[in-house]
Amino acid sequence: MSKLSIVTKGIIKENPILVLLLGTCPTLGTTTSAINGMGMGLATTAVLILSNMFISMIAGYIPAKVRIPSYIVVIAAFVTIVQFIMQAYMPSLYATLGLFIPLIVVNCIVLGRAEAFASKNNVLDSGLDGLGMGLGFTCALTVLGLVREILGSGSAFGHKFIDGDGILIFVLAPGAFIALAYIMVLFNKFKSKIS
Amino acid sequence: MEYIIIIISAVFVNNILLSQFLGICPFLGVSNKVNTAVGMSGAVCFVIGVSTFFTYLLNKYLLVPLGIEFMQTVAFIVVIAALVQMVEIILKKISPSLYQALGIYLPLITTNCAVLGVALIVVTKEFSFGGEPHMMNLAESMVYAVSTALGYGLAMILFAGMREQLELSDVPESFKGIPIALVTAGILATAFMGFSGLV
Amino acid sequence: MAKESNFKNMTLCMFVICFAASALLSVVYVITKDPIEQANIAKTNSSIAIVVPEFDNRPSEEMFTVNVAGKEVNVYPAVKDGKTVGYAIESSSNKGFGGKMTIMVGFSEDGKIYNTSVISHAETPGLGDKIDKKKSGFSLQFNGMDPATADISVKKDGGEIDAITASTISSRAFCDAVLNAYAAFKEIKKEESCNE
Repeated sequence: MSKLSIVTKGIIKENPILVLLLGTCPTLGTTTSAINGMGMGLATTAVLILSNMFISMIAGYIPAKVRIPSYIVVIAAFVTIVQFIMQAYMPSLYATLGLFIPLIVVNCIVLGRAEAFASKNNVLDSGLDGLGMGLGFTCALTVLGLVREILGSGSAFGHKFIDGDGILIFVLAPGAFIALAYIMVLFNKFKSKIS
Repeated sequence: MEYIIIIISAVFVNNILLSQFLGICPFLGVSNKVNTAVGMSGAVCFVIGVSTFFTYLLNKYLLVPLGIEFMQTVAFIVVIAALVQMVEIILKKISPSLYQALGIYLPLITTNCAVLGVALIVVTKEFSFGGEPHMMNLAESMVYAVSTALGYGLAMILFAGMREQLELSDVPESFKGIPIALVTAGILATAFMGFSGLV
Repeated sequence: MAKESNFKNMTLCMFVICFAASALLSVVYVITKDPIEQANIAKTNSSIAIVVPEFDNRPSEEMFTVNVAGKEVNVYPAVKDGKTVGYAIESSSNKGFGGKMTIMVGFSEDGKIYNTSVISHAETPGLGDKIDKKKSGFSLQFNGMDPATADISVKKDGGEIDAITASTISSRAFCDAVLNAYAAFKEIKKEESCNE
């Protein structure tokens, strides 16, 4: 597999949210606006790259039976580091994302990639895989956030273009499910067309 | 009275699945059949209850006195991972059929955000429940954790019932599977929104 | 590939990983501790700067607390040229639709509300979150009001405040928080007059 295809497969072919359906909790919980979705996506990407690279380094030394617990501890450490950094330098974004930042630990994508890819590949490839998966995740979150923001509050990336309220349900909980459903349908159509 | 408010708030108003979006993966994954949904909810309830008990004590008597609250995430996830392993071993012994049915989702309880989420909410968030906002004590935390887990089970089983019906209905090709399930979940979440403002 | 597992290497492995993780975290914690505090202070400072008239002191360093009905309330005095020009009072209400709502209310020296700013809330996005200036002009109607003479409650309850459409509870909670702040302001004045 070429280096480029390792990165790009995460964006369309194996998109973690729209195809593999991993990490749905932050997807639904944080996408009330495009900015929030993007922030969450980038925080997860940072954790993915760091943990993938580190795990591929140590995978050979870990006894098989304690593999998962060891990976989780490593991931939890990186998540807490990202959390501190966000708290220090992006306090307002941290405040909006709240609980979902520490919960990156239990995002299935991170552990899933550690287990399925990083433990079997070299450091560079694992880092690239983390980058690709992270970008795929970020794209999906940003798109979902954008759709919900446009429909729900009549603005895009915080710039209002409609006076008054949008279709409120889309910023509320039910809208998250419905918007994701429709995006998935469109994505599947698009994917089956190109292949 | 206060406990009743906690229960209503955790089961209906702030339903962990439908309004806080925690634990969605297994929600979509094993909710095809009511039976598996019941089993999964049972396992999650048990793990949430036990893990909250241990993480609460761990936080209060070890992390806080030592001033290392920043280790919360790491410490909690280790406790949860160990507990899940334990539940898995016990279940394998006493109910092999349930063990079969839950399949790969059992180890995934470790990565079910509802479990870590509840553990973290309990020790970091102030609750008012009609009175002054305060950090929850052990009894309140346990009531909160168990009722949150019940809310999880309730939403999951309701949803599984709806999905069983969906199997029989005529769904447009591209909506088949997950998308129609998500739309259904959206409608269920709308129904649960009716409870907001209750407490 | 992964090694054979036996009790010794499993324990050793978990121990080493946990130890390394804790060590790494402690280092990062120490490094980021100051910036995190700075960020929190900056946030409080920016709310203070919004809600009181121009000042030349450092209100966040001169913070004091007053006791209102058994509750400690944080007060940040704003001083210009040695004269107190106003107080920023951090006040909250539990009556919000989604629970606790914390706001910063600024009073000028004569007891009029100078301005308000939302610190944190859990109101419904798109409805109750209009208490925030960024979302609607609801909170602007408080500016210049004197709670001593004006009735700070929503019109539905006989007061003078236009509630946010479809969010009466959030509007009531906001009024409640403003009144709590005013109670603290009265307490400050009382203490001042005792000292004089």
